[in-house]
Amino acid sequence: MPPILELKGITKRFPGVLANDHINIKLEKGEILALLGENGAGKTTLMNILYGLYKPDEGEIFIDGKKVEITSPIDAIRSGIGMVHQHFMLIPVFTVTENVMLGEEYTKYGGFLDRKKAADRIREISELYKLNVNPDDLVENLPVGLQQRVEIIKLLFRNADILIMDEPTAVLTPQEVDELFNILKILVEQGKSIIFITHKLREVMECSDRIEVIRLGKVVGSTTPAEASPGKLATMMVGREVDLILEKNPCNLCETVLTVEKLSVRDTLNRTVVDGVSFELNGGEILGIAGVQGNGQTELVRALTGLRKPTSGKITLLGKDVSRSNPRRITELGTAHIPEDRQKDGLVLASPITENLVLNTYFHHPFSKGIVLQQLAINENATELIQKFDVRTPGISTLVHSLSGGNQQKVIIAREFSRPIKLLIASQPTRGLDVGSIEYIHDRILEKRDQGCAVLLVSTELDEIMQLADRIAVMFRGKILTIVKAGDVTKEELGLMMAGIIPTVHSEIVDSTKTRELVT
Amino acid sequence: MTNKKTSDGKRNFLSIFYEELSRSSLTIIVLSVISGFVMGGILVILTAPEVYKAFGTSFVSGLSTSWNIVAKTYSSLFLGAIGNPARIAEALGSGDRALILKAFTPFLESLVVTTPYLFTGVAVAMGFRAGLFNIGAEGQVLVGAIAAGWAGWSFTGLSPWIHVPLAMLIGALAGGLWGFVPGFLKVKTGAHEVITTIMMNYVAYYLIYYLIAAPLRDPNEVTPKTPWVLESAHLFRFFPDPIRFHFGFFIALMVAILAWYILFKTTWGYELRTVGLNPNASRYAGMNITVVTIAAMALSGAIAGMAGASEILGVTWRQSQALATGYGFDSIALALLAQNHPLGVILTALLFGFLRSGSRVMQLSAGTPVYIINILQAFIILFIAAPAIIRTIFRLKQPAAKEAPLPISLSEKKS
Repeated sequence: MPPILELKGITKRFPGVLANDHINIKLEKGEILALLGENGAGKTTLMNILYGLYKPDEGEIFIDGKKVEITSPIDAIRSGIGMVHQHFMLIPVFTVTENVMLGEEYTKYGGFLDRKKAADRIREISELYKLNVNPDDLVENLPVGLQQRVEIIKLLFRNADILIMDEPTAVLTPQEVDELFNILKILVEQGKSIIFITHKLREVMECSDRIEVIRLGKVVGSTTPAEASPGKLATMMVGREVDLILEKNPCNLCETVLTVEKLSVRDTLNRTVVDGVSFELNGGEILGIAGVQGNGQTELVRALTGLRKPTSGKITLLGKDVSRSNPRRITELGTAHIPEDRQKDGLVLASPITENLVLNTYFHHPFSKGIVLQQLAINENATELIQKFDVRTPGISTLVHSLSGGNQQKVIIAREFSRPIKLLIASQPTRGLDVGSIEYIHDRILEKRDQGCAVLLVSTELDEIMQLADRIAVMFRGKILTIVKAGDVTKEELGLMMAGIIPTVHSEIVDSTKTRELVT
Repeated sequence: MTNKKTSDGKRNFLSIFYEELSRSSLTIIVLSVISGFVMGGILVILTAPEVYKAFGTSFVSGLSTSWNIVAKTYSSLFLGAIGNPARIAEALGSGDRALILKAFTPFLESLVVTTPYLFTGVAVAMGFRAGLFNIGAEGQVLVGAIAAGWAGWSFTGLSPWIHVPLAMLIGALAGGLWGFVPGFLKVKTGAHEVITTIMMNYVAYYLIYYLIAAPLRDPNEVTPKTPWVLESAHLFRFFPDPIRFHFGFFIALMVAILAWYILFKTTWGYELRTVGLNPNASRYAGMNITVVTIAAMALSGAIAGMAGASEILGVTWRQSQALATGYGFDSIALALLAQNHPLGVILTALLFGFLRSGSRVMQLSAGTPVYIINILQAFIILFIAAPAIIRTIFRLKQPAAKEAPLPISLSEKKS
């Protein structure tokens, strides 16, 4: 029997880059194939070709042994290929049924929507694959995990046999990830075939039947979870040996750097998203803030860095009240901030590296005298930092938007770490970066901690928090549920806390009436 | 990623458009100018009745008539803008001062026309650099002119060394006030400067109609006109009448160079450009966006105000009700053409000034209406702006599709 999907010699060139270089991949019926590779390796390009969003320069696609031409997503759907994008394509104010039938509407009496028939079909699918989705719910009321299942139902509703999942776990809690994996297993048992795109080693090992590793647009290896180990996969993916386990010195505490008391912050829609948060942070330690995205971490960081005024509470930095201070004062007191959205807040993309490296020091000696900028000093600074922080760029005057994500982040790190700092606030410092850059950035953060700097690390990646933090605070719906020592807690327990459930053993501050379980 | 998308989505059309526009290379700009002339030529042919008549007799005569009429139009444009090369050479050869001056008159007159473009072009470019779309240069020019004029005829007994700078300064202050108001409103209420500057233009129009009609009217005149600016406030004219070439041109050049220096060599300019390119990052870096926005808008207005001041002190010496100048709107086009670089504005202001100045002779001797120059300018802008507009729309509609190839194309090879 021919494989259900076969890609032969797929090649795609973008100006100056070979994104896909003669890629051959086979997908057998009823298997989960993991496509593993760093960001920018060419996974997404390949899947966009398969889904008809890009036209390949060379190569052929076979489905069930027959050659097909896929020039648009409509062709792809007709051929039985469905894709769950990283960002869900759902309309929040529509019900599940309405979302699912959008573009494939059932009608009755010549033109009226037949919601009931569609809802019945969704119920059927939901039962068959144990998806547990109620077709009458409004999508905006569903947790992220369930929204993702609605996306899967959309594909099944259109009779897709080949499901492409693009980084499906990025938005999920560990528990939701496990549930997703169960669903994927049920799907393949029922005869569906799945391509699972990811750069996370653990997930590949856990849920795939076969693994194809892609690097720089080429397939560099095929293996199975039974044969592979995380270390081996990382080496294949990056092309060199990688330390997966960080070496960490014991924590050497210094004086208190940051005290936060009963801090409350509202978001732009005037909802209280940080609700009475208190904690202390000492020099020489890393406090990790764990939590699913959107539980108030963003606004907490914005309040701490002066970008947003808190509604109540007090922030004390090195003995000075900075609750109402502007960002300049907080920076000048010795705070470094790696912002969550590096392109929006951290960089001026259309400016050269030189100018980005003095973004918050340009008014200081030696970068200016009076109001006159000292271009020589600014250039020297850039030359030095690019070398010291290993920023890969053709020159110091290169515009930042033409750097890769990892190198953009290194520009921010270089700028923030080259100042004398007492407090580092790092928000999602490695999001979207390749393994090599992540390793580098983690090392630098630990180095700062060992030098006695206080570090507040906000991340939605549990692995990152577990590896780096000395203490872990879990944020859920604007509150810090609990603060635990990093060694005292397992990943599963943290995962539960991130979903708002406090395991009894480790709880310190529990307000049980305020904690609600997620609807899952 | 989600944030990146929303941040791109949140950015308005103008800022993305400007970013795309600034990617046009020098080649594109030069080609656009050439294409503008070609299209202008085609239009001249299409609108000339002689051409149709000639094509009626024979195809060849139609072609030759077309060629002749375009050649006549552009050669008279050249003669009007720069002068007759043969006569210039002859005059230089003769060594007669009066003859030389006469030969160079068109050229010097073009510089006179260029001067206000230079001021307003720099003004608009300055605003753009701070992310502000100053459509109010028109109004700022008018209030600058009337204020400088008032200073020019009200203060008596001053030495020119004091009177001229004082009048220029008062003109700049008035223009600055006209820019300050929209800047202030934007910061305090979020009112978009495109709307408020246009409204300020109308306030300026009618305010000046009123001022000329009543309080500042010269009682000895039948029609509403202001008094004459005193001799002590005249900008220095280098040559005897009728050559009006005055010192304002050099002030404008200095302002352009100063603007370049401030923008690219000082911390103020660095803040101004950073706020324009990414307000979020400027806030992150601790810059005071409120102050920068208001200051940039006021500065832009002040430079535009100097255009009005230099016109009234250097060229007209009084203000009558023939008001609509058009500088404010042409200056947007020439600032964009110069990619908002003050030194580039010098070149584009010269281009626009020479076209305008030459078009008068063109209309007289070739019979081609001066409006062809507006169309020509429009074509130039269109050729540069259209690709940028298309790229902007593409970016606004398809942020996801753009993101996909980006991480790869930015891998180490290229960067």
